[in-house]
Amino acid sequence: MNDNPRVRVTGPSRRRASTHRSGRVEIDAGTELGRVFMRSLLREQLGLALGILFLLGVTVGVLPLAFYLVPELAEMLVGPVPLAWLLLGGLVYPWLLLLGWLYVRRSEANERDFAALVEEVDRS
Amino acid sequence: MNTDVVPGVVAVIAVTIATLAISTWGLQFSRTTSDFFVASRTVRPALNASAIGGEYLSAASFLGIAGLVLTFGADMLWYPVGWTAGYLVLLVLVAAPLRRSGAYTLPDFAEARLGSRGVRSLCSLLVVVIGWLYLLPQFQGAGLTLQAAINAPPWVGPLVVSVVVLVNVGSGGMRSITFVQAFQYWLKLTALLLPACVLLAIWAGDGAPDPTSRGGADLWSYPLGEGGAQGLYVTYSLIVATFLGTMGLPHVVVRFYTNPDGRAARRTTLVVLALLGVFYLLPPIYGALGRIYAADLAAAGGSDVLILELPRLMVGGLLGELLTGLVTAGAFAAFLSTSSGLAIAVAGVLSQDVTGRRVAGRRLSGVGAFRAGAAIAVVVPALVSVSSPDVGVAQTVGLAFAVAASTFCPLLLLGIWWRGLTPAGAIAGLAVGGLGSGMAVGWTLVTSGTTGWVGILLAQPAAWSVPSALATMVVVSRLTRGSVPPHASRFMVRLHTPEAVDLQRG
Repeated sequence: MNDNPRVRVTGPSRRRASTHRSGRVEIDAGTELGRVFMRSLLREQLGLALGILFLLGVTVGVLPLAFYLVPELAEMLVGPVPLAWLLLGGLVYPWLLLLGWLYVRRSEANERDFAALVEEVDRS
Repeated sequence: MNTDVVPGVVAVIAVTIATLAISTWGLQFSRTTSDFFVASRTVRPALNASAIGGEYLSAASFLGIAGLVLTFGADMLWYPVGWTAGYLVLLVLVAAPLRRSGAYTLPDFAEARLGSRGVRSLCSLLVVVIGWLYLLPQFQGAGLTLQAAINAPPWVGPLVVSVVVLVNVGSGGMRSITFVQAFQYWLKLTALLLPACVLLAIWAGDGAPDPTSRGGADLWSYPLGEGGAQGLYVTYSLIVATFLGTMGLPHVVVRFYTNPDGRAARRTTLVVLALLGVFYLLPPIYGALGRIYAADLAAAGGSDVLILELPRLMVGGLLGELLTGLVTAGAFAAFLSTSSGLAIAVAGVLSQDVTGRRVAGRRLSGVGAFRAGAAIAVVVPALVSVSSPDVGVAQTVGLAFAVAASTFCPLLLLGIWWRGLTPAGAIAGLAVGGLGSGMAVGWTLVTSGTTGWVGILLAQPAAWSVPSALATMVVVSRLTRGSVPPHASRFMVRLHTPEAVDLQRG
């Protein structure tokens, strides 16, 4: 039950006879090269995640500190709405969505690059 | 029977019938145990995101926020912000790897990653504890709502909700509940959006009075509680608990296994962010309008029913009754969907680790064990909520978030991103985080008399319990580095590589 086999429909491999080891084999065999592939993917993805969290931290995360250090901010009005309400009750949500969208775009690009890299080693 | 109760009764019955009808319709797609647990992992992002939204928006979101904003003001806006940002943190750190781990539940993940039965048992225990802590306020909220809407005795709400949830979960499992919860998200959104439009129109017609100008306004529009260093600490601790606790909630996590692959898991989460953002714009509007039109509710301590009472207070006649019926339906949907999701998560764990065990030489079938697990998952908190109806609703939800952030968050973060995590490190960290946060808030719930810094540190433990759990996991793992599971590297490959690359993932 636990592992529904993932089936990838491909043609029969014509390169099996070759003496080259493919990028996939390198990773499967846990060789030094395979570990380099994995380390680079992990570093890319973790770096991206931390970058997004940093953006979250310096925007939403510093708001309490800002209101603590500059209490007058809470009384500031933007049109008829107090600044705190505008930020926390409204603007924060599209901002979170934008950060999420950026992350999904970049992380999928990272995975495409990784797949391309592994395939390239396959072909060489 | 008083005519006041008619809209409430009609709304509750309509939601119950709709829920059971959709669940029965979904039943035709449920065949296997995999359907029961994870809907056979074929739920598309748009449907799955609606279902997650439906499941996640609980009594605390639907009723609680508006009441808290009415009473305490702008600092309470941090709750919905945290509950939404929690999904962003979950998206960037765990969504895709969690789906790729291929496990059904959190204990499954822990066992697959660390290869240790001990870690698995501890995780199962924590899932049940967090699930029950979260179910308890749902049942209590249901009791309050039916009391306010149809003058029912407080035990009717928990009884109705648990019966509907049991029928629902026991008959169709995850597959049919997905349709029910997706429906309930849109019901909840409509139930807040339409009345909000009408109420805002009336407010504008009244010359748009300013809610901040009503008594005691200084602190009401100030987003840091009582202010000062303690207010700052409380706010940051709340941020830690909600931003990091979301990923550790069992009913949230189990939903990610229903995605077809890691990429779909990310896209689902992104849609969830949008759906939650739209919904959370609405409760503060009720809170602000309540400040003008229902100020005596806060003074009387009845702020939790603000959303249910406000339409009737502002609009008379048939329209007022219709809007009251609509918000009551939304509130009832909130209890049903969150309770169903929690019941599935807890039942999934119980059926694997308790009811699925061989007892006296006999073993229940997969689906039979799931149904038995669902019964235990629902009946225990329902009984507790009936026997002790006075535990604070919002406080208990806060406890569930703090415990989740202090236990499963470090486990998931280190399990996914750090090869060096060991079983001993995981157990030590889970124990430190679980005991620390659990005892702190347990103490607060029981005594509620501790004041000053000690009281605040105990009431909002996340800011110290999460870092200490994380540090314990890292330090103990370094000390026992010899016992890093031999398959750790292989498992990291499985967690992080896209499915399109054809690798050995065993």
